Amino acid sequence: MHELGITQNIVAIVAEHAKGAKVQRVLLEIGKLSAIMPDAIRFCFDICTQGTLLEGATLEILEIPGLGRCRQCGAEIYLDKPFGICNCGSVQLDLITGEELKIKEIEIEELCV
Amino acid sequence: MCVTCGCSDDGEIKITNLETDETEHNHIHTLSDGTVITHSHSHDTHIEAPQIHAKIHNTTISLEQDILAKNNLLAAQNRGWFKGRNILALNLMSSPGAGKTTLLTRTINDLKHQLSISVIEGDQETANDAKKIKETGSKVIQINTGTGCHLDASMIERGLQKLNPPLNSVVMIENVGNLVCPALFDLGENAKVVILSVTEGEDKPIKYPHMFRASNIMIITKIDLLPYVDFDVQKCIEYAREVNPKIHIFQVSATTDAGLENWYAWLTAKVTNLSTLISSQLTNT
Repeated sequence: MHELGITQNIVAIVAEHAKGAKVQRVLLEIGKLSAIMPDAIRFCFDICTQGTLLEGATLEILEIPGLGRCRQCGAEIYLDKPFGICNCGSVQLDLITGEELKIKEIEIEELCV
Repeated sequence: MCVTCGCSDDGEIKITNLETDETEHNHIHTLSDGTVITHSHSHDTHIEAPQIHAKIHNTTISLEQDILAKNNLLAAQNRGWFKGRNILALNLMSSPGAGKTTLLTRTINDLKHQLSISVIEGDQETANDAKKIKETGSKVIQINTGTGCHLDASMIERGLQKLNPPLNSVVMIENVGNLVCPALFDLGENAKVVILSVTEGEDKPIKYPHMFRASNIMIITKIDLLPYVDFDVQKCIEYAREVNPKIHIFQVSATTDAGLENWYAWLTAKVTNLSTLISSQLTNT
């Protein structure tokens, strides 16, 4: 359940960047090969944000598909796990996308004066 | 496509009932470029609501911040700390009961006249393993993570201050028994070592691919039990190489000695290489 610690990190990073403003929305980018479960993050998010600038914020998660490139023949292959076999028979794959774990953007409330 | 709501049905989490062959899925939306989006809005409002928010009176800040950046920075500092002291640090990971502590105590006892090995023990609770290591005469620090399922770079940083390992030595980090979470956290180690016993299944590498992909070394332990268990070593090695073609594999038994010489040879060679590397760097500067 590493997602709890990761969600605490997310809350800390976002709160730091919000500089005191209330956070309305957080957009995360999570690769499908990153071993992070979006549902677990979502579950932890409500708990971790209580009493912070992020309380009540909407959480959006973009899941980035896994893409690998074969070292033997250069073919690109979509992956749903962090390994696979190319049509040419090679298992030597470099992962191009799918390992992302990022806070892409946050939306903060602008105070109207 | 889901016939109930029209969602794409390629959600990652599937719950399959093997009695009925029924599979449940999550309602997740796939965009045209293959990107998948899930969020906490209800179905009928999901796309519009955040965009409307932004139009009214909010500010969107683009962050692109890596969530593990802080851990990775601390890990890089640890790596520098090890390098500056000419210390070889290994991160030992496995499921609970694979034999990490037994292999470790055996290794320390057999190599204590050649190598100085100190240990950081990670467990959720108790100092039982640290006590076993202490009996070998090695320096040892126990880190109890409480609810935590892995060690992270900041725990290692604090542990190292207390452990104060000697220069030109080996630090073994025995991670919390878990084949999932520890794979994600860089501790600043020189190599990740995954330990798999023959009493588990030979398909562990493909069941827990992140762990076996992240590891540089796989040690298959308890091979003295092979006549009594249903474990196909060759199949296990094939699975491991499928996930990680570069993984280096040892087969050992800490109770009968089998295969230990290969593991010891690798370990001592690694320490020697490290020393040679450092001294050549010193000569060059």
